[in-house]
Formats: sequence, structure tokens, C-alpha cells
Amino acid sequence: MARAERRWNPRQKLVERMDQLHNSQLWRAMFRPGSIFRRGYADSPRNRAYVVMNSLLYHLHPVKVKRHGIKLSYTLCLGGLSFFLFILLTITGIYLMFFYRPSVEIVYQDMQRLHTQVSFGLLVRNLHRWGAHLMVISVFLHMARVFYTGAYKPPREFNWVVGVILLLLTLLLAFTGYLLPWDQLAVWAVTVGTEMMKNSPVIGDQVQFALLGGPVIGPETLLRWYTLHVLFLPFIIVIFISIHFWRVRKDGGISGPM
Amino acid sequence: MPTPDEVYEQVLAEETAKGSSPAVAQARAKAARVRAQRGSTNPNKPDSSTAPAPNRSPTTGEVPPSEPASAPRTEARPAAAAQAKPAAAAQARPAATATARPAGRAAAAPTTGAPAKRAVGNGAGPAVPERVQRLLAVVKPEAIQKVERQPMDRVNVWPHLMAAEFVSLLVITALLTIFSVAVDAPLRELSNFNQTPNPSKAPWYFLGLQELLRYFHPQVAGVTIPTVIIIALMAAPFVDRNPSTRPDDRKLAIVIFSFFMLTFAVLTIIGMFFRGPGFNFVFPWEGGIFFEL
Repeated sequence: MARAERRWNPRQKLVERMDQLHNSQLWRAMFRPGSIFRRGYADSPRNRAYVVMNSLLYHLHPVKVKRHGIKLSYTLCLGGLSFFLFILLTITGIYLMFFYRPSVEIVYQDMQRLHTQVSFGLLVRNLHRWGAHLMVISVFLHMARVFYTGAYKPPREFNWVVGVILLLLTLLLAFTGYLLPWDQLAVWAVTVGTEMMKNSPVIGDQVQFALLGGPVIGPETLLRWYTLHVLFLPFIIVIFISIHFWRVRKDGGISGPM
Repeated sequence: MPTPDEVYEQVLAEETAKGSSPAVAQARAKAARVRAQRGSTNPNKPDSSTAPAPNRSPTTGEVPPSEPASAPRTEARPAAAAQAKPAAAAQARPAATATARPAGRAAAAPTTGAPAKRAVGNGAGPAVPERVQRLLAVVKPEAIQKVERQPMDRVNVWPHLMAAEFVSLLVITALLTIFSVAVDAPLRELSNFNQTPNPSKAPWYFLGLQELLRYFHPQVAGVTIPTVIIIALMAAPFVDRNPSTRPDDRKLAIVIFSFFMLTFAVLTIIGMFFRGPGFNFVFPWEGGIFFEL
């Protein structure tokens, strides 16, 4: 037995090397409590609390939640999925930005090049587009869930208002992104959409002019909507998402039980 | 006086007799042994496990007879009372006491000015002039009221919630990736402002509104109705004053909300699949589908 152990044992070697790595100063400096990462498996209530408290990302959550709140049938994960889709859209959107120039002379070439020449370009664009549609759906359904569980009632009434604003911002993000491919589908869908805004009383024409950068869709519109889509609206929505999450905690965590 | 090991055995036996689990019994016995060890080897040293112990004299390890800690304690008393009886505190409006004297939180920082006070407490040091009151924190009465928390069945977020979140995240990523591999996003020909496609439709989430344009004046369908929807949604919690969340108690709210959701869903679906060239009504199984996501 002793001989067998002494023989070259890659698995044993690997375990030893990993132990060395885990005990090195660099590793411990990175993964000690309070750092942005965590280490080790948490099996005691204390450690389980530390997992949440010692991680920048996880401590969006409280240490404990009401037991009924983790039931899938209560939330259907819709709010979390909306947020996850937002992150996914941010990542895929940044990738698409590398290959996209918002200028009407070249934008359509860029779209074609994205489809044919860029590695994973088409796949990432598909992910971005289907993810965007899915996010609109999941935000809608999240609102319906919150309504049907009565979670908008005091003390959460203000967070419901923030949620409605987030729904609007989601729709605006989706709509501004719709123009960017600059094909027949995009341009005419946006034409139909902005024609509706023209009918606003008193300031209708001004609203449309400000949005389009002119009386009709043109080069200014593309640049304007691109900036709105990739910078302005994400910036605003992140602020409102932060308020939304913060209020969830401040208003007493997950609502219910019914 | 028993030796530490005897103490260990004794406590272990006691705990086992009480019915504690072996791990708990051992832990308590070990703690007792450590205490006994400290007490026997170094009786003068204060028990370091009660860490800050600012009120103890460092030389004798005894609590000074005249209790220098009494200063912060008296100060903390109004807040402590407020914490114990939130309702009474609310009536008494303890904001004044909380601002005049450092309240509840102040008890956590009694070490300020501790050396001087300690000297007084021991009766050895020179007389210190009157105590200076400092404002350490303002505790609003509402904040004190919230101390009590309803007991509730709670579980650790890790792993119970996070595991579920992680799985749902993976599932949605997998589904979305598979769908994206299978179905390509549409890209039609280059935009041409001289050639209006027939029909030209808004993005699907606005098709309900576009459908309404068929029935109402543009100003009603395109502006008034969406504005009313948004304002009504935002106002919902302020209009619906029924505090209950049970579905049985709020049938009216559920019926109204479901009615509007369904109406809008039906309008959107009609706009998506039942509108053909000229935005005229067609059946998708006869005229085909004029719709792209």
C-alpha cells in the first residue's frame, strides 16, 4: 500500500499543488473575507451568512429570506430573470458595438459584415435580439406576478412606481434598439411608432422632431437613437434598477406570504 | 479547587445528563476548561474573552466600586426603555431625550473620555470638572419603533435561494442560446424611404396600440390611451386601498387587471397575426403571416 502511494499519482499531485496555491499569500489576499471573491464551501449557518456578506455581488441579497419567498411558484424568478437578461444584453451589446458604426452610409454594410465575417457575430446578434424580446416579456410578466400576489401594496407602493418606470425604460430600450439594423423592417417600424408620438397634444411635432433629429427619420435619428440605446437609457435604467433593488430590501424583503 | 481537566469532565457529564448533543456538550466543557485554566494560572488577569472591557481597571481586574460605567448607562437608559416599549416610546416622543443625551447607540461607544472617568471611578485621580455631554447620534423615534421584528420562518439565501437562481439562470441561457442558434434575427434589405413595405408594423410590443389606431382617433389611440395606462398603473397601489393580499379578498382588482391585460394581449395578437396588407384583417391560415419579430 505504501509503495502504491509513493508511485507517481497525478491526482494526488494535483491536490497537493492546489493546496499550495490555496495557501499562497496571493491567493489568500484575493479570496479572504471582504474581498470581491469568496472561498471555501460553506456548511455552517455562520459560513453561509458570510458567503453573502463577504461578496460584493451576493450581498445584494439579504443573509436570510422568508421561506415562502424561495418557492418557484411564488416569484417564478421573473424579476431576477429580467435583471439577468439585462446583464446578458449588456454583454452581447458591447460585443456588437465593436463592429457597428452608426452612420447611414456604412451601417448596413456593418450589419452584413456582422452576419458573414465576424466570429459569432450572427449568434451574438441573435442572442441580443431574442434576449431583448424575452426581457420585454419577462418584465411584463414580472409586473403581472407582482400584481397578482398583491406585492405592490404598502409598504411597497413606491417600488411599484419605480417598477412601472423600469417597464417604460425597457420598452424604450427595445424600441431604440429596433432602429439600429437600418433595414426596411427597422426603419418602417420606427416610422409607425414615432408617427404615434406626433399626435401628442400641443408639443407633438416638437417631440417627434427632438426624437428624430428632423422632420423624418434620417442620419441624425440613427446617431441619436444609437446614443440613447447604448449609453443614455442603460445609464438611466441602471439607476432605477439600483433604486428598485434597494427598495426591495428597505421595504422588508420579498412580499407575502399571501 | 478542581483542576481544569476535572472541570472539563464535570461539565461534560452535566451537559450529557441534560441531554445536549455530544458536540455541544464537548464545546461547553472545553469552554469551561479554558475558563478554569485562566482562572487558576493567572487570577489577576481579566478574562480576555470579554474583549473591550473598558470599565475594568487594568491592574486589579475588578470592577471599580463606584462604577464609572454608570455614566453611559444612565445616558443609555431612555433609549433602552424606548427599545423595550416601542409603543410607549412613540407616545412619549423620545426625540428630545435622544438628542439631548447620546441614546442607544451611544452605549456602544462608552470609551470616549474613559480615562478621565475611570480616574473618578477609582476615587484615586484628581477631581475632574463636570462631565461634558456630547451629541453622538440623533435617533429618531420612528427608527426606535422598528426594533421589534416579526418572528418568521427564514432560510439562508446561500444555498437555498442562490442555487435556485443559478439553475434558472443556466436554464434561460441554454434555452436562449439554442433558440439563437436555430433562429436567425431578421435582416431585410437596406432601408428605402421611397418604398413603404405593406403592411408596415410597429415592434410587437406596440402593436396593441397600432391596433387601437384602427378604432380610435390617433390622438386617443396613440397618446391618450398609453398615458392613461401608465398613470393608472403607477396609481394602482394608491387607488387600491385594500390591504389584503389574499386573492379571495381582492377579486375586483384581479378582474380589472386581468381584463386589461387580456384585452391588450388580444389586441397585440390580432396586430401580430391577423393584419395583412393595408393593415386589413386576414386569417393567418388563409392569407399568411405578415409579421416579423
